[in-house]
Amino acid sequence: MHTSPPPALGRVVVVGAGMVAHRLVAGLLDRAPGDGWHVTVVGDEPWVPYDRVHLSELLTADRTPADLALEPGVWEDPRTTLITGDAVDKLDRDAQTVTTRSGVVLPYDQLVLATGSWAWTPRTEGTDLPGVFRYRTLTDLDELRDWVADRSAVLGRPLRGAVVGGGVLGLEAAAALQHLGASATVVEFADHLMNVQLDAGGGEALRVLVDGLGIDVRTMTGCTGLAAADDGAVATMRLSTDDEIPADVVVFSTGVRPRDRLARESGLAIGERGGVVIGASCRTSDPAIWAIGECASFEGECTGLVAPGNAMADVVVDRLLGGPRLYTPAPEGTKLKGVGIDAASFGDVLALTPGALEVTFTDPVARTYRKLVVSDDARTLLGGVFVGDAALYPQLRPMLGRPLGADPSAFLAPEGGAPEPGADLPDDVVVCSCTNVTAGTVREAVTEHGCTTVGEVKACTKAGTVCGSCVPVVTKIVNAQLEASGIEVSRAMCEHFAMPRAELYALVAAGALRTFSEIVAAHGTGRGCAVCKPVVASILSSLRAGHVLEREHAGLQDTNDHVMANLQKDGTYSVIPRVPGGEITPEKLVALGEVAAEFGLYTRITGAQRIGMFGARIDQLPAIWQRLIDAGFESGQAYGKSLRAVKSCVGSAWCRFGVRDSVGMGILLENRYRGLRTPHKFKVGVSGCARECAEARGKDVGVIATAGGWNVYVGGNGGANPRHADLLAEDLTDEALVAVIDRFLALYVRRGDRLQRTAPFVAEYPGGIEALRAVVVDDSEGIATELEADIAAHVDDYRDEWAAALEDPDKLDRFTAFVNAPGSHDPDLRYTPLRGQVRPAEPGEVAHHDPRVARTLTLEVTR
Amino acid sequence: MTATARSTDVCALDALVPERGAAALVDGVQVALFRLADDTVLAVQNRDPFAGANVVARGIVGSLGDTPTVTSPMHKQVWDLRTGECLDTGGKTPKDASPDLATWRVDVRDGRVVVAPR
Repeated sequence: MHTSPPPALGRVVVVGAGMVAHRLVAGLLDRAPGDGWHVTVVGDEPWVPYDRVHLSELLTADRTPADLALEPGVWEDPRTTLITGDAVDKLDRDAQTVTTRSGVVLPYDQLVLATGSWAWTPRTEGTDLPGVFRYRTLTDLDELRDWVADRSAVLGRPLRGAVVGGGVLGLEAAAALQHLGASATVVEFADHLMNVQLDAGGGEALRVLVDGLGIDVRTMTGCTGLAAADDGAVATMRLSTDDEIPADVVVFSTGVRPRDRLARESGLAIGERGGVVIGASCRTSDPAIWAIGECASFEGECTGLVAPGNAMADVVVDRLLGGPRLYTPAPEGTKLKGVGIDAASFGDVLALTPGALEVTFTDPVARTYRKLVVSDDARTLLGGVFVGDAALYPQLRPMLGRPLGADPSAFLAPEGGAPEPGADLPDDVVVCSCTNVTAGTVREAVTEHGCTTVGEVKACTKAGTVCGSCVPVVTKIVNAQLEASGIEVSRAMCEHFAMPRAELYALVAAGALRTFSEIVAAHGTGRGCAVCKPVVASILSSLRAGHVLEREHAGLQDTNDHVMANLQKDGTYSVIPRVPGGEITPEKLVALGEVAAEFGLYTRITGAQRIGMFGARIDQLPAIWQRLIDAGFESGQAYGKSLRAVKSCVGSAWCRFGVRDSVGMGILLENRYRGLRTPHKFKVGVSGCARECAEARGKDVGVIATAGGWNVYVGGNGGANPRHADLLAEDLTDEALVAVIDRFLALYVRRGDRLQRTAPFVAEYPGGIEALRAVVVDDSEGIATELEADIAAHVDDYRDEWAAALEDPDKLDRFTAFVNAPGSHDPDLRYTPLRGQVRPAEPGEVAHHDPRVARTLTLEVTR
Repeated sequence: MTATARSTDVCALDALVPERGAAALVDGVQVALFRLADDTVLAVQNRDPFAGANVVARGIVGSLGDTPTVTSPMHKQVWDLRTGECLDTGGKTPKDASPDLATWRVDVRDGRVVVAPR
């Protein structure tokens, strides 16, 4: 089908291939009609458009140019042409053509100038010496890296580097020099660092922190010249203070100027301070020519940030398609990155607004500087400066121009307070990094706000409410504080059960209780809650009281256990079949691919050597699982507090270093413990030699092959609180290994607390690992036979939950989306494309209800 | 359309599992139905105002004192099933305007569950 293009479009030529050019092309592909137009992008750099904002990561984070490339898929579209390594040299506005350096003539209907900036360098003697660099392009950084390596080889010592310019980029360059092994001196002409973004107080606080990194900072100092060594390469820098400093490598980061030569030469209007003049439509003085990004001058100003450039690109896309969009500069903030120091600011940093008030908090001990600028009535936020701790920046920047809603000093003052006896962490340690809550704030929730439970503390402080990984730490602090305050720490699981999990487990086992009603009647009160019900379900399952979906157990289960899949953010589920030991046949891989494609599921390799398929609607789960079971799969319990996966390395079957068959042992263990319900999830790893490629010591149970047999480690963890597993027993035979793991897991099932992983279970085991070893290995309590019998019964009783569910129509009722409309499904589910697949769409994004259609849509334009 | 008390016969009481939710479509709105242990049926909105997803029916049913409750399967907010009031926000701010859930009137007549706007 051919649609005729709107009159505005046609042949679009973009001069410059930076970030905003990419944004423009992506926008056109997304919004312009299917056919009848073409966009050609010409850039002088030899790369596809890349993420210049994160350029430093090339040097500091071992990223490659390919990592930095902006979504290169747009260049595969037949409606786009990308010319790299060839700059536009001439613009003929009458003929509506541009000519490149290599002589290519490109006619245009619409021309977009996106030429960006160039790195300005003062006209100082010696700036052309070998070893002197700019810090703007991939090529600049590539050459800088090579120079540091080669030159230090020649000199036989680490290089002494100097950076001219103490702005954001200059500091990034200094950090990069250090990362490359050179020292760094930063020379800044102004009286403080980041003088465009920070006030003097913030700049001084930043200097102290930068100094602490071992970077020498010299403010109110200029570079007056560079001198060469005997071999012609740069060797020293002369300063305006008449000092001379060694400089084997020099980086100039002294600001940028708009690249407007083409526009000047062709007679377009140029701003007073340079840049192509544009109006709010981003059109230049020639109606067929637009300018976006750093080369454009809007109201006399050129921007140096990417966000306004992106906004301009969006305006031009809209205008080219006949839209009414206008560019309005949004207030932007700046945050220092890649240096390891927090420094950020936004708004009216210098309090230039008439009547503006400054509220400043300086802590020379914590080395933080925080300032808020507010209106004369102290109500409206006008700006902020944060150095040393920029956690407030993302919280407050969105409130620019709005009422603060509280005394400004309340935002800045630390929560403080003297350390409480009996507590481990100092008050100023941030325990919840998502919400930036300190240990002191948590304690204060107990002492000042009367909180007596972790739940109340979470509600009071917000700690632990985002990712939840700090809840165990918060719990410890709260309990310690409650004890210190003379408040009895409740051991109750919740209001319905007054005892912890391990005690309830013993009571249920001793009483041979089989249902929640029996258990709550005997040992609890009320009708349970989301805390105790899943615990009871887990205990009943560990004691083999029937399928997790038996009618009387169904109401106890978390939705994950209830539908045997893992709930995702939009209410759909992930499906992760078991792949024992990570070994999978090609046929099974094909089957997974077919199922995922048929149901439009987002697919990725999980961290546990399995394949995860995301976006399954509740009503699709039985059909998906029928297909998987037919292909030989079974439930992977990726949703349960149970064995997740046994990770293995390839082992002696193939590996030239392998000592034992780690995959074989991994499969054996996975098939033994699959489906076992435990106080929390658990993971196992098996490595075929001491190289430990399976990272087994980061698992709850780690097995490592030795010349003499298997070593077994317990209580390891990755995640938020990494812990290496402790050695439990050495040089075991296969049978002895299984026996030890059986006993350990059975003990964990009996004695672990609710949602307690094995890492704290082992770390806090009374008497430590020695006591645990005595019970598990040496059978000091005489329960080894019982413990092994627990696991043996589990193995005998194991049945794939999904296979069992699919055979029972009663159990399938729960997979209908609506009890009164069995054929329909949640109409609010919508998907947007993501790297060739889909993710749940946010409001306003390009989206479709069918993920198989959504993945073919083009990307959204606006953020 | 005015909010006249138009009632909808949704399903048989037996189609609901005690202390487990089920979603239903009532006049195009997603409603979460809960059959309590005493066979009372309560109805609240299925959209979780914190998560912005239609999942309330999949939460765990319980009690807080004498109040029947449901807990979000997404981030564990707790609501009073009778009034829809949010009893525990978990310290979060809802995406929607209110943390509370809308409620519907439910009558169980002759073993049928009938839902009507309040």
